[in-house]
Amino acid sequence: MALNHTPQFVPASDQSVLVKFGEEISNEVHQQVFTFYHFILKMPIKGVINIHPAYASILFTLEQNAGLHKTLTLIKKSWKASTQMRIPEARQVKIPVLYGGEFGEDMDRVSQHTGLDPVEIIKRHQGGSYLVYFTGFSPGFPYIGGMDPSLSTPRLTTPRKQVPAGAVGIAVEQTGIYPLSSPGGWNLIGQTPIKIFDWPHPTDLRVRMGDSIKFISVTKEEFDQLKENVT
Amino acid sequence: MSLEILRAGLQTTVQDLGRFGAAHLGISASGAADSLSMRIGNLMVGNPENTTAIEMTLTGDTILFHSDAFIALAGSKFKIDLDEKPFPFWSGTYILAGQVLTIGPTLNGARCYLCVRGGLQVKKIINSASTHLTSGIGGLNGSILKKGGRIAFGNLDNMIQPIKNMENFPSTDTTTIRATKGLQWDWFDNQNRKLFFEKEYQVSTLSNRMGLRLSGQSILSSKGNEIITEGMPLGAIQIPGNGQPILSFVEHQTTGGYPKLANVISADLYKVGQLKPRDQFQFQLVEFPEAEKARLEQENYIRSLKVHYR
Repeated sequence: MALNHTPQFVPASDQSVLVKFGEEISNEVHQQVFTFYHFILKMPIKGVINIHPAYASILFTLEQNAGLHKTLTLIKKSWKASTQMRIPEARQVKIPVLYGGEFGEDMDRVSQHTGLDPVEIIKRHQGGSYLVYFTGFSPGFPYIGGMDPSLSTPRLTTPRKQVPAGAVGIAVEQTGIYPLSSPGGWNLIGQTPIKIFDWPHPTDLRVRMGDSIKFISVTKEEFDQLKENVT
Repeated sequence: MSLEILRAGLQTTVQDLGRFGAAHLGISASGAADSLSMRIGNLMVGNPENTTAIEMTLTGDTILFHSDAFIALAGSKFKIDLDEKPFPFWSGTYILAGQVLTIGPTLNGARCYLCVRGGLQVKKIINSASTHLTSGIGGLNGSILKKGGRIAFGNLDNMIQPIKNMENFPSTDTTTIRATKGLQWDWFDNQNRKLFFEKEYQVSTLSNRMGLRLSGQSILSSKGNEIITEGMPLGAIQIPGNGQPILSFVEHQTTGGYPKLANVISADLYKVGQLKPRDQFQFQLVEFPEAEKARLEQENYIRSLKVHYR
Protein backbone atom coordinates (compact mmCIF):
# COMPACT_ATOMS: atom_id res chain seq x y z
CA MET A 1 0.00 0.00 0.00
CA ALA A 2 1.24 3.45 -0.91
CA LEU A 3 2.17 5.72 1.92
CA ASN A 4 -0.42 8.43 2.61
CA HIS A 5 1.31 11.78 2.24
CA THR A 6 -0.45 14.67 3.90
CA PRO A 7 -2.61 16.32 1.25
CA GLN A 8 -2.79 20.07 0.69
CA PHE A 9 -5.76 21.92 2.20
CA VAL A 10 -6.47 25.18 0.36
CA PRO A 11 -9.42 27.61 0.14
CA ALA A 12 -10.91 27.48 -3.37
CA SER A 13 -13.26 30.39 -2.67
CA ASP A 14 -14.46 32.02 0.56
CA GLN A 15 -17.02 29.22 0.79
CA SER A 16 -15.11 26.14 -0.42
CA VAL A 17 -11.96 24.16 0.36
CA LEU A 18 -9.93 21.90 -1.92
CA VAL A 19 -8.11 18.90 -0.52
CA LYS A 20 -5.45 17.92 -3.03
CA PHE A 21 -3.73 14.53 -2.92
CA GLY A 22 -1.43 14.84 -5.89
CA GLU A 23 -0.81 16.10 -9.41
CA GLU A 24 -1.41 12.89 -11.32
CA ILE A 25 -4.09 10.45 -12.44
CA SER A 26 -3.08 7.17 -10.84
CA ASN A 27 -4.49 4.29 -8.88
CA GLU A 28 -2.32 5.24 -5.86
CA VAL A 29 -3.68 8.78 -5.67
CA HIS A 30 -7.19 7.50 -6.37
CA GLN A 31 -6.99 5.14 -3.38
CA GLN A 32 -6.24 8.08 -1.10
CA VAL A 33 -9.08 10.17 -2.54
CA PHE A 34 -11.46 7.22 -2.34
CA THR A 35 -10.59 6.38 1.27
CA PHE A 36 -11.29 9.93 2.44
CA TYR A 37 -14.42 10.15 0.27
CA HIS A 38 -15.74 6.94 1.74
CA PHE A 39 -15.02 8.16 5.25
CA ILE A 40 -16.83 11.51 4.87
CA LEU A 41 -19.89 9.88 3.32
CA LYS A 42 -20.22 7.95 6.56
CA MET A 43 -19.07 10.72 8.88
CA PRO A 44 -20.28 14.06 7.45
CA ILE A 45 -18.31 17.16 8.42
CA LYS A 46 -20.15 19.98 10.19
CA GLY A 47 -20.54 23.03 7.95
CA VAL A 48 -20.05 21.07 4.69
CA ILE A 49 -23.02 20.89 2.28
CA ASN A 50 -21.47 19.37 -0.84
CA ILE A 51 -18.47 17.24 -1.73
CA HIS A 52 -16.99 17.01 -5.23
CA PRO A 53 -14.51 14.14 -5.54
CA ALA A 54 -12.24 14.02 -8.62
CA TYR A 55 -9.06 12.26 -9.85
CA ALA A 56 -6.68 13.67 -7.25
CA SER A 57 -8.74 15.96 -5.05
CA ILE A 58 -11.99 16.57 -3.20
CA LEU A 59 -13.71 19.95 -3.15
CA PHE A 60 -15.86 20.79 -0.12
CA THR A 61 -18.63 23.41 -0.37
CA LEU A 62 -19.45 25.10 2.93
CA GLU A 63 -22.69 26.37 4.43
CA GLN A 64 -23.46 30.11 4.13
CA ASN A 65 -22.64 30.64 7.80
CA ALA A 66 -19.62 28.35 8.13
CA GLY A 67 -16.25 29.82 9.02
CA LEU A 68 -13.64 29.10 6.34
CA HIS A 69 -10.69 28.54 8.66
CA LYS A 70 -12.71 26.62 11.23
CA THR A 71 -14.19 24.26 8.65
CA LEU A 72 -10.80 23.77 6.99
CA THR A 73 -9.48 22.62 10.38
CA LEU A 74 -12.41 20.20 10.76
CA ILE A 75 -11.71 18.80 7.28
CA LYS A 76 -8.04 18.29 8.22
CA LYS A 77 -9.04 16.45 11.40
CA SER A 78 -11.47 14.31 9.46
CA TRP A 79 -8.75 13.39 6.94
CA LYS A 80 -6.42 12.36 9.78
CA ALA A 81 -9.12 10.12 11.21
CA SER A 82 -9.84 8.64 7.77
CA THR A 83 -6.27 7.38 7.35
CA GLN A 84 -6.98 4.84 10.09
CA MET A 85 -9.70 3.36 7.92
CA ARG A 86 -9.10 0.37 5.74
CA ILE A 87 -9.54 0.99 2.01
CA PRO A 88 -12.92 -0.42 1.01
CA GLU A 89 -12.73 -3.25 -1.47
CA ALA A 90 -13.62 -2.36 -5.06
CA ARG A 91 -16.99 -3.61 -6.31
CA GLN A 92 -16.86 -5.64 -9.50
CA VAL A 93 -19.49 -4.44 -11.94
CA LYS A 94 -20.32 -5.97 -15.32
CA ILE A 95 -21.73 -3.68 -17.99
CA PRO A 96 -23.48 -5.44 -20.88
CA VAL A 97 -22.91 -3.66 -24.21
CA LEU A 98 -24.41 -4.19 -27.65
CA TYR A 99 -21.49 -3.13 -29.85
CA GLY A 100 -21.64 -1.67 -33.37
CA GLY A 101 -24.49 -1.45 -35.83
CA GLU A 102 -27.14 1.19 -35.20
CA PHE A 103 -25.95 1.54 -31.56
CA GLY A 104 -22.34 2.17 -32.49
CA GLU A 105 -22.60 4.71 -35.26
CA ASP A 106 -18.95 5.77 -35.04
CA MET A 107 -17.43 2.29 -35.19
CA ASP A 108 -16.14 3.00 -38.70
CA ARG A 109 -14.58 6.27 -37.59
CA VAL A 110 -12.80 4.53 -34.69
CA SER A 111 -11.73 1.85 -37.14
CA GLN A 112 -10.23 4.42 -39.51
CA HIS A 113 -8.37 6.23 -36.71
CA THR A 114 -7.00 3.14 -34.99
CA GLY A 115 -6.43 0.97 -38.07
CA LEU A 116 -8.22 -1.84 -36.24
CA ASP A 117 -11.26 -3.70 -37.54
CA PRO A 118 -14.50 -3.60 -35.48
CA VAL A 119 -14.01 -7.17 -34.18
CA GLU A 120 -10.60 -6.20 -32.79
CA ILE A 121 -11.95 -2.91 -31.36
CA ILE A 122 -14.70 -4.79 -29.51
CA LYS A 123 -12.20 -7.38 -28.27
CA ARG A 124 -9.82 -4.73 -26.93
CA HIS A 125 -12.61 -2.63 -25.43
CA GLN A 126 -13.97 -5.70 -23.62
CA GLY A 127 -10.50 -6.84 -22.63
CA GLY A 128 -9.69 -3.85 -20.45
CA SER A 129 -10.09 -3.74 -16.69
CA TYR A 130 -11.47 -0.38 -15.85
CA LEU A 131 -11.56 1.82 -12.76
CA VAL A 132 -14.25 4.40 -12.02
CA TYR A 133 -12.20 7.31 -10.69
CA PHE A 134 -15.24 9.38 -9.68
CA THR A 135 -18.69 10.61 -10.69
CA GLY A 136 -18.78 14.20 -11.83
CA PHE A 137 -19.45 16.78 -14.50
CA SER A 138 -23.15 15.89 -14.98
CA PRO A 139 -25.63 13.61 -13.14
CA GLY A 140 -24.24 10.10 -12.73
CA PHE A 141 -21.40 10.57 -15.24
CA PRO A 142 -18.56 8.13 -14.43
CA TYR A 143 -14.93 9.05 -15.16
CA ILE A 144 -13.55 5.71 -16.31
CA GLY A 145 -9.84 4.96 -16.63
CA GLY A 146 -8.05 1.99 -18.09
CA MET A 147 -8.89 1.87 -21.79
CA ASP A 148 -6.36 0.24 -24.13
CA PRO A 149 -4.49 3.31 -25.55
CA SER A 150 -4.57 1.73 -29.04
CA LEU A 151 -8.30 2.58 -29.14
CA SER A 152 -7.66 6.30 -28.68
CA THR A 153 -9.75 8.36 -31.13
CA PRO A 154 -10.27 12.15 -31.17
CA ARG A 155 -13.71 13.58 -30.34
CA LEU A 156 -16.15 14.31 -33.15
CA THR A 157 -15.49 17.72 -34.70
CA THR A 158 -19.20 18.54 -34.46
CA PRO A 159 -20.84 17.15 -31.31
CA ARG A 160 -24.21 15.42 -31.68
CA LYS A 161 -27.23 17.36 -30.41
CA GLN A 162 -28.62 14.23 -28.81
CA VAL A 163 -26.84 11.09 -27.63
CA PRO A 164 -29.13 8.43 -26.10
CA ALA A 165 -28.83 7.35 -22.46
CA GLY A 166 -26.61 4.28 -22.16
CA ALA A 167 -24.44 5.13 -25.18
CA VAL A 168 -20.88 3.84 -24.82
CA GLY A 169 -18.21 5.94 -26.45
CA ILE A 170 -14.55 6.81 -26.83
CA ALA A 171 -13.03 10.29 -26.52
CA VAL A 172 -9.25 10.47 -26.95
CA GLU A 173 -7.87 8.00 -24.35
CA GLN A 174 -11.07 7.70 -22.34
CA THR A 175 -14.07 5.48 -22.61
CA GLY A 176 -17.39 6.40 -21.05
CA ILE A 177 -21.10 5.80 -20.74
CA TYR A 178 -23.73 8.53 -21.11
CA PRO A 179 -26.01 8.11 -18.04
CA LEU A 180 -28.68 10.39 -19.54
CA SER A 181 -29.60 11.51 -22.99
CA SER A 182 -27.54 14.65 -23.70
CA PRO A 183 -25.52 16.44 -26.36
CA GLY A 184 -22.07 14.91 -26.82
CA GLY A 185 -18.98 14.58 -28.95
CA TRP A 186 -17.77 11.08 -28.11
CA ASN A 187 -17.35 8.36 -30.76
CA LEU A 188 -20.21 5.95 -30.17
CA ILE A 189 -19.27 2.28 -30.36
CA GLY A 190 -22.18 0.66 -28.55
CA GLN A 191 -24.95 0.91 -26.01
CA THR A 192 -25.72 -0.62 -22.65
CA PRO A 193 -29.32 -1.71 -21.96
CA ILE A 194 -28.99 -1.01 -18.23
CA LYS A 195 -29.85 2.22 -16.45
CA ILE A 196 -26.69 3.93 -15.26
CA PHE A 197 -28.57 6.75 -13.57
CA ASP A 198 -32.23 7.12 -12.65
CA TRP A 199 -33.72 10.38 -11.33
CA PRO A 200 -36.25 8.67 -9.02
CA HIS A 201 -33.30 6.90 -7.34
CA PRO A 202 -30.37 9.31 -7.75
CA THR A 203 -28.15 7.78 -5.05
CA ASP A 204 -28.56 4.31 -6.48
CA LEU A 205 -25.78 4.57 -9.06
CA ARG A 206 -25.10 1.38 -11.04
CA VAL A 207 -21.55 2.55 -11.64
CA ARG A 208 -19.90 4.21 -8.65
CA MET A 209 -16.64 5.81 -7.68
CA GLY A 210 -14.08 3.10 -6.88
CA ASP A 211 -15.84 0.37 -8.90
CA SER A 212 -13.88 -1.97 -11.07
CA ILE A 213 -15.84 -2.54 -14.27
CA LYS A 214 -15.87 -4.97 -17.19
CA PHE A 215 -17.71 -4.48 -20.47
CA ILE A 216 -19.45 -7.63 -21.69
CA SER A 217 -20.59 -7.93 -25.32
CA VAL A 218 -24.24 -8.99 -25.69
CA THR A 219 -26.41 -9.91 -28.67
CA LYS A 220 -29.47 -7.93 -29.82
CA GLU A 221 -31.74 -10.55 -28.19
CA GLU A 222 -29.91 -10.29 -24.85
CA PHE A 223 -29.95 -6.50 -25.17
CA ASP A 224 -33.73 -6.47 -25.64
CA GLN A 225 -34.20 -8.77 -22.65
CA LEU A 226 -31.99 -6.63 -20.39
CA LYS A 227 -33.41 -3.30 -21.60
CA GLU A 228 -34.36 -0.91 -18.78
CA ASN A 229 -36.17 2.30 -19.59
CA VAL A 230 -34.51 5.45 -18.31
CA THR A 231 -37.02 7.89 -16.82
CA MET B 1 -55.14 27.66 -4.12
CA SER B 2 -53.30 28.09 -7.39
CA LEU B 3 -51.90 30.46 -9.97
CA GLU B 4 -51.84 30.09 -13.73
CA ILE B 5 -49.42 31.35 -16.38
CA LEU B 6 -51.41 33.24 -19.04
CA ARG B 7 -48.33 34.40 -20.92
CA ALA B 8 -44.87 32.94 -20.37
CA GLY B 9 -41.83 35.12 -19.71
CA LEU B 10 -38.48 34.68 -21.41
CA GLN B 11 -37.07 32.11 -18.97
CA THR B 12 -39.20 31.64 -15.89
CA THR B 13 -38.43 28.79 -13.50
CA VAL B 14 -39.42 27.49 -10.09
CA GLN B 15 -36.51 27.87 -7.62
CA ASP B 16 -35.56 27.56 -3.99
CA LEU B 17 -32.05 27.94 -2.53
CA GLY B 18 -30.75 24.82 -4.26
CA ARG B 19 -30.24 21.09 -4.16
CA PHE B 20 -27.36 20.25 -1.83
CA GLY B 21 -25.67 17.01 -0.85
CA ALA B 22 -25.58 15.51 -4.35
CA ALA B 23 -22.44 16.99 -5.95
CA HIS B 24 -20.71 13.60 -5.53
CA LEU B 25 -23.44 12.18 -7.81
CA GLY B 26 -22.63 14.82 -10.44
CA ILE B 27 -25.62 16.99 -9.52
CA SER B 28 -24.93 20.68 -8.99
CA ALA B 29 -27.06 22.76 -6.62
CA SER B 30 -28.97 25.01 -9.05
CA GLY B 31 -31.25 27.34 -7.00
CA ALA B 32 -32.09 31.03 -7.29
CA ALA B 33 -29.54 32.98 -9.34
CA ASP B 34 -29.98 35.95 -6.98
CA SER B 35 -30.56 34.03 -3.77
CA LEU B 36 -30.24 37.15 -1.60
CA SER B 37 -33.28 38.78 -3.24
CA MET B 38 -35.30 35.57 -3.09
CA ARG B 39 -34.58 35.16 0.63
CA ILE B 40 -35.73 38.74 1.33
CA GLY B 41 -38.80 38.30 -0.89
CA ASN B 42 -39.78 35.22 1.08
CA LEU B 43 -39.35 37.05 4.39
CA MET B 44 -41.62 39.83 3.08
CA VAL B 45 -44.51 37.39 2.82
CA GLY B 46 -43.62 35.56 6.03
CA ASN B 47 -42.11 32.47 4.39
CA PRO B 48 -38.97 30.72 5.57
CA GLU B 49 -36.05 31.92 3.37
CA ASN B 50 -35.77 28.65 1.46
CA THR B 51 -39.41 28.60 0.32
CA THR B 52 -40.10 27.72 -3.33
CA ALA B 53 -40.70 30.83 -5.49
CA ILE B 54 -40.74 31.91 -9.14
CA GLU B 55 -37.63 33.31 -10.85
CA MET B 56 -38.16 35.50 -13.92
CA THR B 57 -35.42 36.51 -16.33
CA LEU B 58 -35.34 39.75 -18.42
CA THR B 59 -39.08 39.60 -19.19
CA GLY B 60 -41.69 38.33 -16.74
CA ASP B 61 -44.98 36.48 -17.11
CA THR B 62 -48.67 37.34 -17.00
CA ILE B 63 -50.13 35.43 -14.07
CA LEU B 64 -53.74 34.83 -13.09
CA PHE B 65 -54.41 34.11 -9.42
CA HIS B 66 -57.24 31.62 -8.94
CA SER B 67 -57.38 32.40 -5.22
CA ASP B 68 -56.53 35.23 -2.83
CA ALA B 69 -52.82 35.53 -2.15
CA PHE B 70 -50.24 37.52 -0.26
CA ILE B 71 -47.27 38.13 -2.56
CA ALA B 72 -44.05 40.11 -2.91
CA LEU B 73 -41.76 40.91 -5.83
CA ALA B 74 -38.04 41.04 -5.13
CA GLY B 75 -34.77 41.40 -7.01
CA SER B 76 -34.53 43.67 -10.03
CA LYS B 77 -37.36 46.03 -10.77
CA PHE B 78 -39.47 44.85 -13.73
CA LYS B 79 -42.50 46.68 -15.21
CA ILE B 80 -45.37 45.30 -13.11
CA ASP B 81 -49.11 45.92 -13.23
CA LEU B 82 -52.01 44.36 -11.35
CA ASP B 83 -55.15 44.54 -13.51
CA GLU B 84 -53.44 47.31 -15.49
CA LYS B 85 -52.57 49.43 -12.42
CA PRO B 86 -48.95 49.84 -11.21
CA PHE B 87 -47.99 47.33 -8.53
CA PRO B 88 -45.50 47.92 -5.70
CA PHE B 89 -42.07 46.32 -5.64
CA TRP B 90 -40.23 45.03 -2.51
CA SER B 91 -43.48 44.98 -0.52
CA GLY B 92 -45.86 42.28 0.71
CA THR B 93 -49.26 42.92 -0.91
CA TYR B 94 -52.65 41.20 -0.80
CA ILE B 95 -54.31 40.38 -4.08
CA LEU B 96 -57.68 38.82 -4.80
CA ALA B 97 -58.81 35.75 -6.67
CA GLY B 98 -59.30 36.59 -10.35
CA GLN B 99 -56.71 39.37 -10.44
CA VAL B 100 -54.05 39.33 -13.13
CA LEU B 101 -50.44 40.29 -12.49
CA THR B 102 -48.59 41.40 -15.63
CA ILE B 103 -44.82 41.37 -15.28
CA GLY B 104 -43.15 42.96 -18.29
CA PRO B 105 -39.54 43.68 -19.20
CA THR B 106 -36.84 44.54 -16.68
CA LEU B 107 -36.13 48.14 -15.81
CA ASN B 108 -32.77 47.28 -14.30
CA GLY B 109 -31.07 43.90 -13.74
CA ALA B 110 -31.65 40.37 -15.07
CA ARG B 111 -33.90 38.72 -12.47
CA CYS B 112 -37.05 39.27 -10.46
CA TYR B 113 -38.66 36.91 -7.91
CA LEU B 114 -42.32 36.33 -7.18
CA CYS B 115 -42.74 35.02 -3.65
CA VAL B 116 -46.15 33.81 -2.50
CA ARG B 117 -47.13 33.36 1.15
CA GLY B 118 -47.26 29.66 1.90
CA GLY B 119 -44.89 28.80 -0.93
CA LEU B 120 -45.38 27.01 -4.23
CA GLN B 121 -46.39 23.39 -4.07
CA VAL B 122 -43.93 21.60 -6.35
CA LYS B 123 -42.60 18.07 -6.08
CA LYS B 124 -39.14 17.95 -4.53
CA ILE B 125 -36.22 15.94 -5.84
CA ILE B 126 -33.36 15.43 -3.36
CA ASN B 127 -34.96 17.89 -0.92
CA SER B 128 -35.27 20.70 -3.42
CA ALA B 129 -37.85 22.05 -5.87
CA SER B 130 -35.24 23.96 -7.87
CA THR B 131 -35.42 23.60 -11.62
CA HIS B 132 -32.13 22.42 -13.13
CA LEU B 133 -32.63 23.31 -16.78
CA THR B 134 -29.46 21.64 -18.05
CA SER B 135 -30.50 18.32 -16.48
CA GLY B 136 -34.21 18.81 -17.19
CA ILE B 137 -35.34 18.14 -13.62
CA GLY B 138 -37.05 19.95 -10.75
CA GLY B 139 -39.69 22.67 -10.86
CA LEU B 140 -42.50 21.99 -13.32
CA ASN B 141 -41.37 19.03 -15.47
CA GLY B 142 -37.75 20.21 -15.32
CA SER B 143 -38.50 23.02 -17.70
CA ILE B 144 -39.23 26.73 -17.95
CA LEU B 145 -42.83 27.71 -17.16
CA LYS B 146 -45.12 27.70 -20.17
CA LYS B 147 -48.48 29.21 -21.02
CA GLY B 148 -51.21 27.29 -19.22
CA GLY B 149 -48.85 26.09 -16.47
CA ARG B 150 -50.65 25.89 -13.13
CA ILE B 151 -49.01 25.79 -9.71
CA ALA B 152 -50.68 25.26 -6.35
CA PHE B 153 -49.50 27.41 -3.45
CA GLY B 154 -50.04 28.07 0.24
CA ASN B 155 -49.32 24.61 1.64
CA LEU B 156 -46.69 25.60 4.24
CA ASP B 157 -47.52 25.55 7.92
CA ASN B 158 -44.32 26.98 9.43
CA MET B 159 -45.11 30.57 8.53
CA ILE B 160 -43.70 33.62 10.27
CA GLN B 161 -44.80 37.27 10.51
CA PRO B 162 -44.06 39.08 7.25
CA ILE B 163 -41.42 41.80 7.42
CA LYS B 164 -42.63 45.25 6.39
CA ASN B 165 -41.44 48.71 5.38
CA MET B 166 -37.91 47.71 4.53
CA GLU B 167 -35.51 50.58 4.09
CA ASN B 168 -32.09 49.23 3.19
CA PHE B 169 -32.08 47.02 0.13
CA PRO B 170 -29.13 45.16 -1.36
CA SER B 171 -27.10 47.33 -3.72
CA THR B 172 -28.13 46.97 -7.37
CA ASP B 173 -24.78 48.22 -8.63
CA THR B 174 -23.21 45.45 -10.69
CA THR B 175 -20.32 47.44 -12.16
CA THR B 176 -17.82 45.91 -9.72
CA ILE B 177 -17.73 42.23 -8.78
CA ARG B 178 -15.26 41.19 -6.09
CA ALA B 179 -13.19 38.02 -6.44
CA THR B 180 -10.55 36.08 -4.52
CA LYS B 181 -7.54 34.25 -5.99
CA GLY B 182 -8.56 31.07 -7.80
CA LEU B 183 -7.11 27.58 -7.40
CA GLN B 184 -4.73 28.03 -10.38
CA TRP B 185 -3.71 31.62 -9.57
CA ASP B 186 -0.06 30.63 -10.02
CA TRP B 187 -0.73 29.54 -13.62
CA PHE B 188 -0.95 33.22 -14.58
CA ASP B 189 1.87 35.77 -14.57
CA ASN B 190 1.65 39.22 -12.97
CA GLN B 191 0.88 40.94 -16.25
CA ASN B 192 -2.13 38.72 -16.98
CA ARG B 193 -3.45 38.97 -13.43
CA LYS B 194 -3.15 42.76 -13.63
CA LEU B 195 -4.94 42.93 -16.99
CA PHE B 196 -7.77 40.75 -15.70
CA PHE B 197 -8.55 43.11 -12.82
CA GLU B 198 -7.90 46.33 -14.79
CA LYS B 199 -10.02 45.74 -17.88
CA GLU B 200 -13.78 45.75 -18.25
CA TYR B 201 -15.60 42.59 -19.28
CA GLN B 202 -18.88 42.29 -21.10
CA VAL B 203 -21.45 39.54 -20.46
CA SER B 204 -21.90 37.59 -23.70
CA THR B 205 -25.35 36.69 -25.05
CA LEU B 206 -24.31 33.01 -24.75
CA SER B 207 -24.61 33.21 -20.96
CA ASN B 208 -27.11 31.20 -18.93
CA ARG B 209 -27.68 29.74 -15.47
CA MET B 210 -24.85 27.26 -16.04
CA GLY B 211 -22.24 29.88 -16.77
CA LEU B 212 -21.56 33.39 -17.97
CA ARG B 213 -19.27 33.76 -20.94
CA LEU B 214 -17.34 37.01 -20.71
CA SER B 215 -15.81 38.92 -23.58
CA GLY B 216 -12.97 41.38 -23.32
CA GLN B 217 -9.25 41.18 -22.57
CA SER B 218 -7.88 37.71 -23.36
CA ILE B 219 -6.00 36.13 -20.48
CA LEU B 220 -3.00 33.92 -21.16
CA SER B 221 -2.07 31.05 -18.91
CA SER B 222 1.65 30.28 -18.59
CA LYS B 223 0.97 26.57 -17.97
CA GLY B 224 -1.67 25.74 -20.60
CA ASN B 225 -5.42 25.47 -20.31
CA GLU B 226 -5.99 21.96 -19.09
CA ILE B 227 -5.77 20.88 -15.48
CA ILE B 228 -6.41 17.43 -14.03
CA THR B 229 -10.20 17.59 -13.71
CA GLU B 230 -11.16 18.79 -10.21
CA GLY B 231 -14.21 20.08 -8.30
CA MET B 232 -15.75 23.33 -9.48
CA PRO B 233 -16.67 26.00 -6.92
CA LEU B 234 -19.67 28.26 -7.58
CA GLY B 235 -18.43 31.52 -9.07
CA ALA B 236 -15.16 30.07 -10.41
CA ILE B 237 -13.60 32.13 -13.20
CA GLN B 238 -12.14 29.66 -15.67
CA ILE B 239 -9.76 30.51 -18.50
CA PRO B 240 -10.16 28.26 -21.56
CA GLY B 241 -7.76 28.20 -24.51
CA ASN B 242 -9.27 31.26 -26.24
CA GLY B 243 -8.47 33.37 -23.15
CA GLN B 244 -12.08 34.58 -22.70
CA PRO B 245 -13.19 33.90 -19.09
CA ILE B 246 -16.15 31.68 -18.20
CA LEU B 247 -17.84 32.30 -14.84
CA SER B 248 -19.36 29.10 -13.37
CA PHE B 249 -22.87 29.72 -12.12
CA VAL B 250 -25.70 27.95 -10.24
CA GLU B 251 -26.16 25.08 -12.73
CA HIS B 252 -22.40 24.58 -13.18
CA GLN B 253 -20.84 21.21 -13.87
CA THR B 254 -19.66 19.66 -10.59
CA THR B 255 -16.12 19.19 -11.94
CA GLY B 256 -14.14 20.95 -14.65
CA GLY B 257 -10.82 20.96 -16.47
CA TYR B 258 -9.96 24.61 -17.16
CA PRO B 259 -7.58 26.54 -14.90
CA LYS B 260 -9.34 28.89 -12.48
CA LEU B 261 -7.80 32.34 -12.17
CA ALA B 262 -10.19 33.77 -9.60
CA ASN B 263 -13.48 33.17 -7.81
CA VAL B 264 -16.37 35.57 -7.22
CA ILE B 265 -16.88 36.12 -3.49
CA SER B 266 -20.07 34.66 -1.99
CA ALA B 267 -21.41 38.10 -1.00
CA ASP B 268 -21.34 39.23 -4.66
CA LEU B 269 -22.86 36.11 -6.25
CA TYR B 270 -26.29 37.74 -6.14
CA LYS B 271 -24.92 40.50 -8.37
CA VAL B 272 -23.85 37.88 -10.93
CA GLY B 273 -27.50 36.75 -10.93
CA GLN B 274 -28.48 40.28 -11.93
CA LEU B 275 -26.00 40.62 -14.81
CA LYS B 276 -27.66 40.81 -18.23
CA PRO B 277 -26.18 40.04 -21.61
CA ARG B 278 -24.05 43.01 -22.78
CA ASP B 279 -23.64 44.43 -19.24
CA GLN B 280 -20.12 45.72 -18.57
CA PHE B 281 -18.32 45.28 -15.30
CA GLN B 282 -14.92 44.98 -13.67
CA PHE B 283 -13.48 42.46 -11.24
CA GLN B 284 -11.86 43.63 -8.02
CA LEU B 285 -9.33 41.46 -6.17
CA VAL B 286 -9.93 40.97 -2.45
CA GLU B 287 -8.23 38.71 0.09
CA PHE B 288 -9.99 35.73 1.71
CA PRO B 289 -10.59 37.32 5.15
CA GLU B 290 -12.33 40.29 3.51
CA ALA B 291 -14.45 37.98 1.33
CA GLU B 292 -15.49 35.92 4.31
CA LYS B 293 -16.30 39.04 6.33
CA ALA B 294 -18.57 40.26 3.52
CA ARG B 295 -20.35 36.88 3.43
CA LEU B 296 -20.96 36.80 7.18
CA GLU B 297 -22.11 40.44 7.12
CA GLN B 298 -24.65 39.55 4.45
CA GLU B 299 -25.91 36.69 6.64
CA ASN B 300 -26.17 39.10 9.58
CA TYR B 301 -28.11 41.53 7.42
CA ILE B 302 -30.70 38.82 6.60
CA ARG B 303 -30.87 37.87 10.28
CA SER B 304 -31.41 41.52 11.27
CA LEU B 305 -34.37 41.76 8.89
CA LYS B 306 -36.02 38.89 10.69
CA VAL B 307 -35.45 40.50 14.09
CA HIS B 308 -36.29 44.13 13.27
CA TYR B 309 -39.26 43.74 11.04
CA ARG B 310 -41.07 40.92 12.72
